[in-house]
Amino acid sequence: MAVTDTTETTARKPRAPWLTLRRREAIEGWLFVSPTLIGFLIFFLGPLIAVVFYSLTEWNLLSQKSTYVGLANYTDALRDNPDFWHVIRNSVIFAAGLVPLNMALALGLAVALCRPGKGVVFFRTVFFAPVITSAVAWAIVWKFLLQGEAGAVNQMLAGIGIDGPNWLREPNWAMFAVIVTRVIKMVGLNMILYIAALQAVPRDYEEAARLEGANSWQIFRMVTWPLLAPTTLIIMVITTIGSFKVFDHIYLMTGGGPENGTLVLAYYIYEQAFEFFNIGYAAALAIIMFVIVLALTVVQLLLRQKGSS
Amino acid sequence: MALTRCQTSIVTRICWALSLSVVAVPFVFPFLWMISSGFKSATEIFGQLSLIPDTWRWGNYIEVFTYQPFARQYFNSIYIACAVTGITLILSSLAGYALARMRFAGAGLLMLFLVSALMVPEEVTILPNFFLMKWLGVMDTHVPLILLPVFGPHGVMATFLMRQYFVSLPKELEEAGKMDGLSRLGIWWKIALPMSRPALAAVAIITFLFSWNLFLEPLVFVSSLSNFTLPLALSNFTDPYGAPLWHLQLAATSLAVVPILIVYLIAQRQIIESFAMSGVKG
Repeated sequence: MAVTDTTETTARKPRAPWLTLRRREAIEGWLFVSPTLIGFLIFFLGPLIAVVFYSLTEWNLLSQKSTYVGLANYTDALRDNPDFWHVIRNSVIFAAGLVPLNMALALGLAVALCRPGKGVVFFRTVFFAPVITSAVAWAIVWKFLLQGEAGAVNQMLAGIGIDGPNWLREPNWAMFAVIVTRVIKMVGLNMILYIAALQAVPRDYEEAARLEGANSWQIFRMVTWPLLAPTTLIIMVITTIGSFKVFDHIYLMTGGGPENGTLVLAYYIYEQAFEFFNIGYAAALAIIMFVIVLALTVVQLLLRQKGSS
Repeated sequence: MALTRCQTSIVTRICWALSLSVVAVPFVFPFLWMISSGFKSATEIFGQLSLIPDTWRWGNYIEVFTYQPFARQYFNSIYIACAVTGITLILSSLAGYALARMRFAGAGLLMLFLVSALMVPEEVTILPNFFLMKWLGVMDTHVPLILLPVFGPHGVMATFLMRQYFVSLPKELEEAGKMDGLSRLGIWWKIALPMSRPALAAVAIITFLFSWNLFLEPLVFVSSLSNFTLPLALSNFTDPYGAPLWHLQLAATSLAVVPILIVYLIAQRQIIESFAMSGVKG
């Protein structure tokens, strides 16, 4: 009854202004986000939808003709083209090598550098420096350092009696080299994320464990490491996705070679799209990449839920 | 003989410093080698390993500028990075402020929508963007190099960073501003922005570096030498037969890296914190 009463009273009064405070706030809110939202729709969501359509066509830029071919590009990739599985294999090897190495090193450095002290700032600065350096510069310099006999790395190895391989010319060593140099480039970022997490671990817990007679390793294993789990998971997601996106590093260090030994998915997409102009096929590859990244994220988020419950 | 407590702690500290120094070698050596090789001749670079050049060839640094329009390319990188940073700061703080402070229908959905964007690699959307830019007639200009970073996942990340920061601020000052008759825009500009300098600085730093180091987009969208940005220019020091001109490439790389490195050494604390705040790869 009360509800109808109020409506009647407002109806009898002169009309309430349309622009209520709430409406005003909503309009202003949308105005504030609109530049970002419009740009995002045009340059991000639109292209994302477009790429799905591209992937259903046979479209070679040279012939200037696009015809609908259904899922042919996908079956081409997944069934007919042996290159595709080779590329996926390379990407998986790259990620499987990079992620654990990166995370272990990051955690080790963070543990060594999480307490204030002399030299800590110096070492943090050193380990983080490659992160702010352009990937192009980093790849160019390492390409020189890893040259066959004359390269600095092999000259140093020769100094301690090791005959180093021609790093970037042998497929397995090339993969090893791009992984390690990429880890050195990016590990600083995960290091600072781990340092922030370690500093947030309450000292009391560790103290309590110490009073119980636990040694440093036991404290780390039983107290610190479990508390780091959320950070570890986030780092794992970011690093894995990052490893599937790596392009410039490989483009400049090996060009995908030797014998396609370092041809990874992001590079393969670039090559198909902008060197061979197989637009439809490249679009299908892009969608596959999108699905892989999405699946990785979902799996890792599910793992977190399972871990926390 | 057992060491005293004080001695063991000195021994641990020495072990700590020594092992970290060993690990630091592959992080530091490339920079030192790059700078020193920029002063060498092409043959000396692959001679006996040494960080001190036989003769300091300053001429390399002049040749860099005559070989390709390197000054122009350098300027391109600077102004594009500034433009991307400026636009990102304004748009991300506007949108971030609305998402943090204003209640409007669809805000939650919008957030979710933007979060999902963080998961899409640029490699996926660059192909349609290529045709979009072609259709807009802006191929081989700097327009794509400014628009795509602003409106890509990086821009979304900046928006979130700003939103998180605005959420953490106390509301009282803004409400006082409202009492004084400031408009929404006025509150954002005169009260919220000045209070969020740390977040703005973080966004500015990571955005500038993101644009400065961008490679795939220039590679795809830019084709003439005078429109190149630095990363593209660095990869382009080859003689007419495609063989790399090592000494020039390394001199140019030093010129591109060292200024950033100097700024980094001065402001390392602020820069590292900015990346910690974003928590996302640059």
